[in-house]
Amino acid sequence: MSDGALLRVRNLVKQFPIKKGLLIERTVDHVNAVDDVSFEIHRGETLGLVGESGSGKSTTGYCVLQILRPTSGSIVFDDRELTELSGEELRRMRRRMQLVFQDPHSSLDPRMTVGDIVGEPLTIHKVGTRRERSARVRELLDTVGFDPTYTNRYPHEFSGGQRQRIGIARALALAPDLLVLDEPVSALDVSIQAQILNLLKDLQQEFGLTYLFIAHDLAVVRTMSDRIAVMNEGKIIEAGLAETVYGSPREAYTRELLAAVPVPDPRKMKERKQERRRLRASLAER
Amino acid sequence: MALLSVRDLRTHFFTRAGVVRAVDGVSFDVEERRVLGIVGESGCGKTVTALSIMGLIPKPPARIVSGEVQFGGRDLTKLSERELEDVRGSQIAMIFQDPMTSLNPTLTIGTQITETIRRHFDVSKEEARKRAVGLLEEVQIPRAATRLDDYPHRLSGGQRQRVMIAIALSCEPELLIADEPTTALDVTIQAQILDLLEELREAHGTAMILITHDMGVVAETADDVIVMYAGQVVEQASALDLFDNPEHPYTEALLGALPQLEGDGIRQRRLTAIPGRPPDLLDPPEACRFAARCKYAGGDACTTHMPELRELRPGHFVRSEHPASERTRRGETVVV
Repeated sequence: MSDGALLRVRNLVKQFPIKKGLLIERTVDHVNAVDDVSFEIHRGETLGLVGESGSGKSTTGYCVLQILRPTSGSIVFDDRELTELSGEELRRMRRRMQLVFQDPHSSLDPRMTVGDIVGEPLTIHKVGTRRERSARVRELLDTVGFDPTYTNRYPHEFSGGQRQRIGIARALALAPDLLVLDEPVSALDVSIQAQILNLLKDLQQEFGLTYLFIAHDLAVVRTMSDRIAVMNEGKIIEAGLAETVYGSPREAYTRELLAAVPVPDPRKMKERKQERRRLRASLAER
Repeated sequence: MALLSVRDLRTHFFTRAGVVRAVDGVSFDVEERRVLGIVGESGCGKTVTALSIMGLIPKPPARIVSGEVQFGGRDLTKLSERELEDVRGSQIAMIFQDPMTSLNPTLTIGTQITETIRRHFDVSKEEARKRAVGLLEEVQIPRAATRLDDYPHRLSGGQRQRVMIAIALSCEPELLIADEPTTALDVTIQAQILDLLEELREAHGTAMILITHDMGVVAETADDVIVMYAGQVVEQASALDLFDNPEHPYTEALLGALPQLEGDGIRQRRLTAIPGRPPDLLDPPEACRFAARCKYAGGDACTTHMPELRELRPGHFVRSEHPASERTRRGETVVV
């Protein structure tokens, strides 16, 4: 089963300290933001990580990328144990895994031009000559459907959807294998959201990318994912093929989540409201 | 007679760059005890419409340049600030997306609720406090009496929105305007708040305008719906008719762009995105404002003049030269 897994996460735990005291801070306790999480993602596959705020889904993503160092557990990327790496070795592995942020407003440096933002990873990792880099930037922008003639403009001149394209182009600069997408469309309007989701689907096809797709919107996760893991209070409480998890959920919490999603059909909503009341009554009894 | 009647409302922003026509000729009625959903994407004018009704638009730069808002036999656009203050809260109440910005962080929630009660009713402090406890119980906040002394930051987002609802309902308004009341909340909390709103509205006979970007929330909550695009109403119908038979190409496209929760081949399928984005309202085209993104427009009247909002069938209005049912009748096909 684990053959061909690009990413294998085993028993991942991330604790954050709870501190007290103003001048002399001391740690009084720990909270397990991620609590014994295990999953794997195969090449070219999308694993959707869905859950409500505080469920630990983003923290899991940051641990995978080693932006946060895990408290314990193992993260194996292409047969290398990331938690044991540091310095240059870690940097080299990080090139192959990139993050796309939620908020294209705050994640792009407002003082840098579009071209500099997209080209920065190439500069940092000293890829190619100046000319080659600038050609690569244009190619990347073209790939994500952003007019490459605007490389000298600044991010604030563009709409949310266009800014997210810039963020995706930057993430693709070093030709990564894995993209961790943290709520990539939740700040966007529906019509623009569809454009970005289609782009992500196309890019995955074209470049054989592997996605860890993190979002709170259950329908968005469904449209992107081969398999889905549902998180609650730091744990994966249910995981499996997308159609199985959504079609015949085993856990009460998953059923509650699904029943809470408003769907654009007034008749269906009537049924869902009744289903919700039943679930709430049965949860209250326990 | 309708409870609230908005006629040809135009709210423009007079900026250094020019006049932004945020709301540009909007008309609708809200009937007693019913829920009108106003749905649209950011910048379509749905919030400015609500703020105009309440007299809460920032002046300057904004100004209601024309139109009427008839409520209880008066035109609200003609009232003085003093008169509006009496209407707000007691007859029309509003709740917003983020309760943290509408609650005062330095006052306990008890103080904030009793303040509102005493602003509108001549009651003692003790009586107001008693009513406040009753209200918190009604919005299902556990241990209501002790929660009164808490500050807003001690409450979760869902509980804060419950407090806002308690304040909004404290004066038994006839109309509640809810602007994206659940957008900042988790989906299970959203469901609870929407259920609560429905229970309370039914118990008190309150009418509601629900403003949202979420087609699912509209389908769940609204009796009647208007779809706004670029400052105008582009479609208006009962919720059932709108979702069963959407007519405007924008409404159709918006529904088509939504990812589905169930069905075959979801993962493989691309979504039907709407190309481009809404026009700049600084200098909107004299043509149909959706024409540039519409797959049915091209070379005909809608690219040169603004279509009227017309009644296609009883109760179903559309502002387009290419509504779905006429396309079917004409046997129009589209080359994508």
